[in-house]
Amino acid sequence: MAKKEIDARFLKFGTVPFTGTTKVNDFIDYLGQGKVMGTRCKDCGLMFFPPRADCYQCLASNVEWFEVSGTGKLVSYSKLEYAPQGFGDDLPYAIALLDYGDYKVFGRIASSVPEDQIEVGMDMETVVNELPNGQVNYVFQLPS
Amino acid sequence: MGKIGIIGVGQSAFVRGYPGSVRELAFEGFRDAMQDAGITTKDIGASVVCSAPEYDKQRSPAGVFAEYLGLTPQPTFYVESLCSSSSMGLRLAYSLIAAGLHDMVAVIGFQKMSEITSAESQERMGRGADIQWESPFGTMMPAYYAMYARNHMATYGTTGEDLALIRVKSATYGQINEKAVYRKAVTFEMFSDPESPMSGPVASPLRVGDCCANADGSSCMIVASEEKAKALTDKPIWILGLGAASTAVNLAGRDVFNGLSVGIEAGKQAYEMAGITPKDIDVAEVHDCFTIAEMMAYENLGFAKPGEGKDLIRSKETYKEGSIPVNVDGGLLSKGHPIGATGGSQIRTIVLQLRGEAGDMQVKDPEIGLVHNIGGVGLYGNVTILGR
Repeated sequence: MAKKEIDARFLKFGTVPFTGTTKVNDFIDYLGQGKVMGTRCKDCGLMFFPPRADCYQCLASNVEWFEVSGTGKLVSYSKLEYAPQGFGDDLPYAIALLDYGDYKVFGRIASSVPEDQIEVGMDMETVVNELPNGQVNYVFQLPS
Repeated sequence: MGKIGIIGVGQSAFVRGYPGSVRELAFEGFRDAMQDAGITTKDIGASVVCSAPEYDKQRSPAGVFAEYLGLTPQPTFYVESLCSSSSMGLRLAYSLIAAGLHDMVAVIGFQKMSEITSAESQERMGRGADIQWESPFGTMMPAYYAMYARNHMATYGTTGEDLALIRVKSATYGQINEKAVYRKAVTFEMFSDPESPMSGPVASPLRVGDCCANADGSSCMIVASEEKAKALTDKPIWILGLGAASTAVNLAGRDVFNGLSVGIEAGKQAYEMAGITPKDIDVAEVHDCFTIAEMMAYENLGFAKPGEGKDLIRSKETYKEGSIPVNVDGGLLSKGHPIGATGGSQIRTIVLQLRGEAGDMQVKDPEIGLVHNIGGVGLYGNVTILGR
């Protein structure tokens, strides 16, 4: 019997991934196309970021993808001087949260953004980012 | 249903590198509470064991402890809600007694953070959040709380100096608490002195001095029905209110960033159950895993209006002699934070305060006390209100 193939595309996400299989694995393919995507429940319209395969409101799994576009407001951020195991080469880096109104996005601030230009409440946009170790994530940068 | 009370409290010293096994560590807090209650193991109807399992090598510690503590063949339960595990354990004990299944329950919290190596601890820290969507960015506890600190500062004008004042207060009492892991003084000046370890950056805007001390430790509470409590002690401390709440693990799923929604919600429930308001609280223990967490607790529990927590600490109102003494045992910052043992230790402090047995840390004649215990980065919240 042939070995069942496991769809572990999600292992591509982030400096160190902790999850391999998920029903929203297409997220990784979209990142490959330069798009950061969330999901929307086709039944009730609820928007999810991070994307979900299942809607707790409708108890249904009838979702479609939407692209995270435009700008969100910086809710907060923190620049790390220490890192968990496996992230040391990335130091220093800043984790942050953007509020897009209908949903929020948790991620990192692009290392190209000077710290003295970062301010709570400012507009930022979310873009796909290829990591030096061949992995992929997304980061926040100043609006283009 | 009658009242439910706490008739015995105990804890081990909180230390770095406890030189024994986890069952031996648990025994220390248990013995302290059993001697305090003046009972034997035959009196206990059930036990509840609480910890954060990522630090444990022992799988299913409840059964192992029940044997070592002499609590077999009684049933034993394991409860986990990260740093608020033992407050959640108290909630289970309360339920078991209220349901009439048992009339006396021991709640044992423990954590041997040194059970795993520093490298293992680092690896687990990376998984301390939403492992699918957040951890791959390289997150850790201080950085999350730092994000709350940054938002609090931006919203209300709170400063790093205000946070330093909280650390100075905790160290004031940590020095006189013989169970505390950190017993040195911390001065305000250390935070601006580049030579002092306290000023070292961890995750902006938080510094080393803003973070609590890891520790190994255990705690224990003996919880009893009204009938049993009255028969066994002249000084029962009654559970007047209990609140518990949860929220989204991913920050993207949350709405409040200058406070912890679980602290607000659990507090509301506990005040309502007790039929009191924040003004009625005479002494409190709040979850100060980081200085900003204590600042937010002042506001989330109604000791100060939103944004005015900084005024409380600037005017020293949360010192022992102030209008609302908070963490006058050193708090997590100085006493130490052995995850699963922390809630039980906080509750022990308030029980001793209400009995008038807190020694040098004693607040003047308190009648009602509050314990605020948070799990994870505001993922779980428990508030317990106790009275004489």
